[in-house]
Order: sequence, then C-alpha cells, then structure tokens
Amino acid sequence: MTYVTIPHWKVETRTKASATFAIVAALLILLAFAAPLFASRSVLQDLFFILTMLVLAQNWNLLAGYAGLVSVGQQAFIGFGAYAMFALVILAGLDPLIAILLAGIASALLAIPTAFFLFRLQGAYFAIGSWVIAEVVRLALAQWKALGGGTGTSLPREATRDMPALKLVGGLFGVKSSEAGDILTYWLALLLAIATIGLVYRLLRSKQGLGLAAVRDNQEAARSVGVDARRMKTLVYLAAAFGTGLAGALIYVQKARISPDAAFSVVDWTAYVIFIVVIGGIGTIEGPIVGVIVFYILQTLLADYGSWYLLILGLIGIVIMLFAPRGLWGLFAERTGIQLFPVRRRLTGGPVPLAKKGGPHG
Amino acid sequence: MAWLDTIIQGILLGGLYALFAAGLSLVFGIMRLVNLAHGDLIVLAAFLILVLASVLGLNPFIAALVAMPLMFAIGWALQFFLLNRTLGTDILPPLLVTFGLSIVIQNGLLEGFTADSRRISVGGLESASLAIGPINVGVMPLLTLASAIAVIVGLNQLFYRTSLGRAFRATSDDPVTAGLMGIRPKRIFATATGIAMVVVTIAALYLGTRANFDPTIGPARLIYAFEAVIIGGLGSLWGTLAGGIVIGIAQTFGAAINPEWQILAGHLAFLLVLLVRPRGLFPRAVD
Repeated sequence: MTYVTIPHWKVETRTKASATFAIVAALLILLAFAAPLFASRSVLQDLFFILTMLVLAQNWNLLAGYAGLVSVGQQAFIGFGAYAMFALVILAGLDPLIAILLAGIASALLAIPTAFFLFRLQGAYFAIGSWVIAEVVRLALAQWKALGGGTGTSLPREATRDMPALKLVGGLFGVKSSEAGDILTYWLALLLAIATIGLVYRLLRSKQGLGLAAVRDNQEAARSVGVDARRMKTLVYLAAAFGTGLAGALIYVQKARISPDAAFSVVDWTAYVIFIVVIGGIGTIEGPIVGVIVFYILQTLLADYGSWYLLILGLIGIVIMLFAPRGLWGLFAERTGIQLFPVRRRLTGGPVPLAKKGGPHG
Repeated sequence: MAWLDTIIQGILLGGLYALFAAGLSLVFGIMRLVNLAHGDLIVLAAFLILVLASVLGLNPFIAALVAMPLMFAIGWALQFFLLNRTLGTDILPPLLVTFGLSIVIQNGLLEGFTADSRRISVGGLESASLAIGPINVGVMPLLTLASAIAVIVGLNQLFYRTSLGRAFRATSDDPVTAGLMGIRPKRIFATATGIAMVVVTIAALYLGTRANFDPTIGPARLIYAFEAVIIGGLGSLWGTLAGGIVIGIAQTFGAAINPEWQILAGHLAFLLVLLVRPRGLFPRAVD
C-alpha cells in the first residue's frame, strides 16, 4: 500500500500571539463596558478622551498609513460632524444620539465634493489641499448665524437632559443626568472605538485590503494587476470621513459647546492625532493604540508646561520619524515578531499524508 | 473707480503672497520637498528682524539685511542635517517631519515671545502713499510688489545664468548623474534651502511691517503660498506671481463685499482654478 501525499496548504493570517490576544481583548472589552460600575467620573472622562482620540488616530492611520493619503485637514470632518449634530439638535430638535449618526453620514457626504477637488492633487499637495478644504469649511460655517457664527453656541440643556437613553442609564445606575451623560458618552466612545478597529482590521484582511496595501507599496504595479487605485483611495477617504465625523459629533455631544476655532483646530484634531500615530507606529493597527497611551501619559506629565508640551511632542515626532519610522510598536514587533492584529498572509499546513483511499485513481 | 482701486490693491497684495510662495516653489522645484513649516519659518524670520531692529536699534530694512545670512545659515543647516534625511520615494517622512517642525517653531516662538501681536515699525513709511492718477497707492505695498518681481527676476537669473543654477537644475533632473559630474546633491539641496530662507526673510520684512503678526499665523501663510504655487502651475516662478495676484485680487474683492469673506474668497478662487485648470494657469513641470 502506498501513501500518496497531496499538498494541503492553507492561507492564514492568524498567529499564536493574535489568538491569545483575542481572548485578552475580549476580557478587556468586557471590563471596559463594566467600567462605569467601579470607575469614577473623572476616570470615565479621561477614558472618553483616550477612546475618541484612538478613533481619530485609527481613521487617520487608515488614510495615511494604508491608503497613502496624508491629510492634515481631517479637522474638516470633526468640525462638520460636530456642527451637523448641533444643527440637527438645535434647529431640527432631534435626539442627540440620532443626530450623531446623521452627522457621520453628513460628513461622508461632505467628503464626496472634497474628494473631487483633492484627488486632483498628488502627495504633499494633497496634504496642504486638505488643509485648505478644512479652512473653507471652517470659514463657511463661521458665517452660519443660527449656530452662533464666529463665536459659536451651546447645546440647550434640555436637549441633552431629556434624552430617553440618558434617563435609562440614569435609572440603571441611580445617578443624576450629568453623570449619566458621562457614562453614556463613554459607552458610545467605547463602541465606536471597537467598531472602528474591527472594521479597519476586517478591511485590511479582505481582498480590498490587499489591494490597498498593493497600491500603497507600488501604485503602477497594483494597477497593472487590476487594482482600481483611485476607487480604493476614494472609498477609504469616504470611510475615514464618516468615522471622523461620527467621532467629532460624539466629542461635541460631551463638550456641549462649539465654536469654529475649537471645532476646526489643527492642533487638537490633526497635530495630536498625527503624533499619536507616528509615535505609536504608522501603518499598523497596534500603533495608534500604543500611541494614544503614550500620548495620554505625556499629556498628564507635561500638561502644566503649556507650549513646551507641544514643542516636546513635536520633537519626539520628528525623532521617531527619522530614526524609527515604524514607531514604538514597529520597534517592538521587529524584536519580538509579535503581531496582535496580523494582516500578513502566511502559508500554513503543508503536505498531509492520505492513508486510505489514496492515489489519483483511488 | 472703486473696483479699479480694489483690483490694484489686490495686485499689490498678490506681491506679498508671491514672496511667501517663491521660497516654497524654489525648494519644491529642486528637491520635490514640500515644507509644511514654510509659513512658520516666515514668522520666525519676522521675529528675527523684530529682535534685530529693536535690540540693535537698526532700521528694519537694515535688520532684514543682517537677518538674511542668519536665515541662510538656518536654512542650510536645517536641510543638511534634518531634511536631507527625509528625502526619498516615500512622501511620509518629509511631510511628517516638516509638520512636526511647524509645531516646534510655533510653540518655541510662543514660549519666547508670548502670543501678543507684534509689528515692525518702519517710521511712518507704513502710512505713506503715492497718488497715481485718481488712485492712492501705499508705498509699502508698492515696495512689496517691486521686491517680489525683483526676487523672481533674481531667481530666474540665478537658475539660468550661473553655474550654481546649472547645478540646481542638474540635481533636480537627476541627482545620481549630477553626483557623477562632481556635484554633491546634499550640499546643493542645503544651498537651495538657504537661498529659499533669504527669500523668506524678504517676505518676513513685508509681513511684519504691513500688518500685525503673532507666532500662530504661520500655517495661514503656508496655505496662501501653496495656493499661489498651484494656481500659477508647478515650476514656473512667474506663474507663482500670477497665482499670488489671483489670490490677492480675490481677497480684496471678497473683503469689498463683506470683510468676513476676504480669506474665504481667496480659497474659493483657488478651488475654482483647481476645478477648471487642475495643472494651474501656466504649467511647466510634469509632476
């Protein structure tokens, strides 16, 4: 009797580390959802800040790290999402939760005409062009007198206090509406962060993600094998606008006060986000997670030093970009080979002996 | 007559924007590097002139002359030690390093000079004006436009009449082959950025004398400069002047309708040009 072997290869992205991490991550998520049970209000507010910055960083990383679209104008979608939410709540009287979702859609819609202009510019010019677009949106919205014009406006107290979801949370924990508001926005930020990371990971593991990586590494070669580079980039740009707009609306539900200068701030919504991604490691999902933690620690340590803080952050960003362009996570992954969100396809399995009915004619 | 006045004021304002843009255009033309800190470097030069003028008691024009070699040295060192390391096929390092530099310069200036608005005084020249026919033209705006034209003529002469200019063009076309001919691309790039910083100093002189400035206004200057370069078409310095003038005229017309629309009108003119002539009004380079 002969043993005939046929190749039994399998394409896999999963690694041992990532399988272990998946279990840890699931536990962490459960713990995070339960946080309002044991964490204080200020801790929840800090976590809200970390989670929303993480969402922004993941979106920017998707644009710059994977689609090669280096935007310094994502504040356009933060501000537009926030303003859309304010308009829907104040002028249309909608529930803020519904307004957040619609604001995300509004941001994605705004991205259609801006993509039309921006995709005429290449590389570095795309970057400054995106900044021009953000300025145009800021200046245009500063003309909207119903929402306070250049000085801005506040969300009416009753609009947030009377949210049905808030009463539910308030009743559940037996707390006042302001505290229930913190719990609700924290949960939403957590959901948004998980959904963003999940969707980005899913995209990168899909056929489209492979196309995206191919476009980033060599646009001409990718196009020659049939990847529609422009279409992929446009889709990523629209998706990032949606995610950024959602995050912007959520941040401003919590802030409850808006002005054009704050909502379209380059420092708050673009410089911080870029430094988070660069320090953590651009082009990886783990990078922004590491980056946002480092960023939070730096901010806690250096918050009292005013402009020194940004100066130091800028210097760290420059040093990392020059000497460790894959960021802190890149350094770690290089040494250990550990990937928590592996996207690289590997061949596993191999020849498997077939014992019984072997043979090509068997 | 009001509209004629608006157009002339717009053309003169365009001279300032062309000065902002000339340095950006020069650096991009030679090494395909877009410096996101360009606007902040203009503001840095304005503070340097301010300090020289007030500490040494110099006339601002003399202070600018003293600042030029200093800014040349800063530009040379910046390119040689920092920016040269970022050049390559990947667009991320130069963009992110110069973005970081922009934040560092802004906050360094904030720390050193606070957020107060400053102005460089030129002793009454700010308010002097000439009557040309029925229209009054400010002396400083006129000097700005004249300087912009002089800078562009000078840069074109440098590019096409000198051996340094030949080295610039050769390195821009093919740094490796230029290297074989005895040119050291890294030094050529450093010299180019140094010259761009001299132009930046001239721009800073007019920025600081014509209006108030503070450490945070750099990015807006970068945006105007960028718009002028794109409107004019990449690689053409005269096109950049035309681009600056388009922005200037759009801004003065916007301001004439409603003062709040000044900046917005300039941006919209840029988007309009991008829509109908994506490669600019006078395209030359194929990029």
